[in-house]
Amino acid sequence: MNVETMMNVQADYIVSQAKAGKRVDGRKLDEFRKIEIEKNLIPNAEGSCRVRMGKTDIIAGIKMSVGTPFSDKPNEGILISNAELAPMAAARFEPGRPSEDAVETARVIDRGIRESKAMDTEKLCIEKGEKVWIVNVDVQVMNHDGNLIDAGALGAAIALANAKIPAYDPETETIDIKNRKEKLPVKLKPIAVTIHKIGGKLVLDPTLEEEDVADVRLTVTTSDSGNVCALQKSGQGSFTAEEIEEAIAMSVARGKELRKLVE
Amino acid sequence: MKREDGRKADEMRSTTMTVGVIPNANGSAMVKMGNTVAVAAVYGPREMHPKHKQISDRANLNTIYAMVPFSCTDRIRPGYSRRSQEICKVTRQALESAVFLEDFPKAAIDVYINIISANAGTRAAGINAASLALADAGIPMRDLVASIAAGKIGDEYVLDLAGKEEEETFCDLPLAYMPKSKKITLLQMDGDLSPQDVKKVMELAIKGCEQLYKMQKEALKKRWIK
Repeated sequence: MNVETMMNVQADYIVSQAKAGKRVDGRKLDEFRKIEIEKNLIPNAEGSCRVRMGKTDIIAGIKMSVGTPFSDKPNEGILISNAELAPMAAARFEPGRPSEDAVETARVIDRGIRESKAMDTEKLCIEKGEKVWIVNVDVQVMNHDGNLIDAGALGAAIALANAKIPAYDPETETIDIKNRKEKLPVKLKPIAVTIHKIGGKLVLDPTLEEEDVADVRLTVTTSDSGNVCALQKSGQGSFTAEEIEEAIAMSVARGKELRKLVE
Repeated sequence: MKREDGRKADEMRSTTMTVGVIPNANGSAMVKMGNTVAVAAVYGPREMHPKHKQISDRANLNTIYAMVPFSCTDRIRPGYSRRSQEICKVTRQALESAVFLEDFPKAAIDVYINIISANAGTRAAGINAASLALADAGIPMRDLVASIAAGKIGDEYVLDLAGKEEEETFCDLPLAYMPKSKKITLLQMDGDLSPQDVKKVMELAIKGCEQLYKMQKEALKKRWIK
């Protein structure tokens, strides 16, 4: 049997299992893998968090710098999010410019933080129209075994919640990262939960091989109130309105659990 | 002499090595030297793309060194910089002579090195990790490659510069070494040093490499001998 045949056999098996309400690793359809969290592991970052979901492994890091605000928001700090699908993390990732997937991952994570208004950007203004804090959220993928958006968004939320603003001297325009005191003004915990459709069933936290056979997925980001603050459908397939309703309910329920991990 | 972090002149930072940290890779390792943390992952031997870059009688060893955006005091923009390109090149050439590349004509062996936390000596930590990752991937090698920097502060020769020491020193000399054949595979230096001093600093770095070499072997045994 060649490799391609083997892969097809495995793909068919995953789909047939899902149809019967089962998964190849024995989990329930809506069951997450074990999550391990490690906070503030990068000394040079203002906040950082490593998240492991099964074999998926990401590090989110916050770096802050001072820059000029956008002219339409002269008294608000700036949030910039980025995801690095590093070639180290999977044989399929290639070096070079960010791929479509990397850009989508970063933008979905960004939208959750931005639209939930988790961060009080007005408190990040140093001098109106002149100087504001720029908050860079970087998600570095160490090992890809599916569900990168959920892992990345969780890591970003925890890193933000633990970040401290470095000291800034307006005279010399220098930042002293050795002197971090004030906490970053983050008051909410946006949580992304991505629902995949495999064999017509809605599945949470897929592994990479499950993700590969999914027809379509929907990322639902919820805020502390249980309201939805971002949606992103991705993949060739489609959802019915009922499925979307169910997916949102799954995200709200699962979001409540995951939010307990953000401190 | 008292160093910034209380070490003796010929003492390296507390160093830990873990082999097998990236499940998707064929081989991988993490090396922590103080606050500098390097992760290396090896994919291959696999088909070399683009095909016109295949070499008919040996494998291509591709080393890609990158600092992650939040690893430094200032955020690092992703993508290649002139500095990272140079480090890619010297890292590749530090490792090439240790690997039996001729065993895999036309193939590619991709070595990805990510610095997730930086505090001086990142290329040395990267080479230590890459060498372990290659061995972990089961790629035939003549020897492991160990690497460390040394320099001179005041009248003293110091091993494994860290923190502010890189600025204070008269010289910074990173070196990579294959202890079994006693061959130096990476040597760089910047500073101002007499030829006698260069010799002394090199000797110190080689001693450091021999220590690291022992740790590398231990780390591999820990991963593979049950």
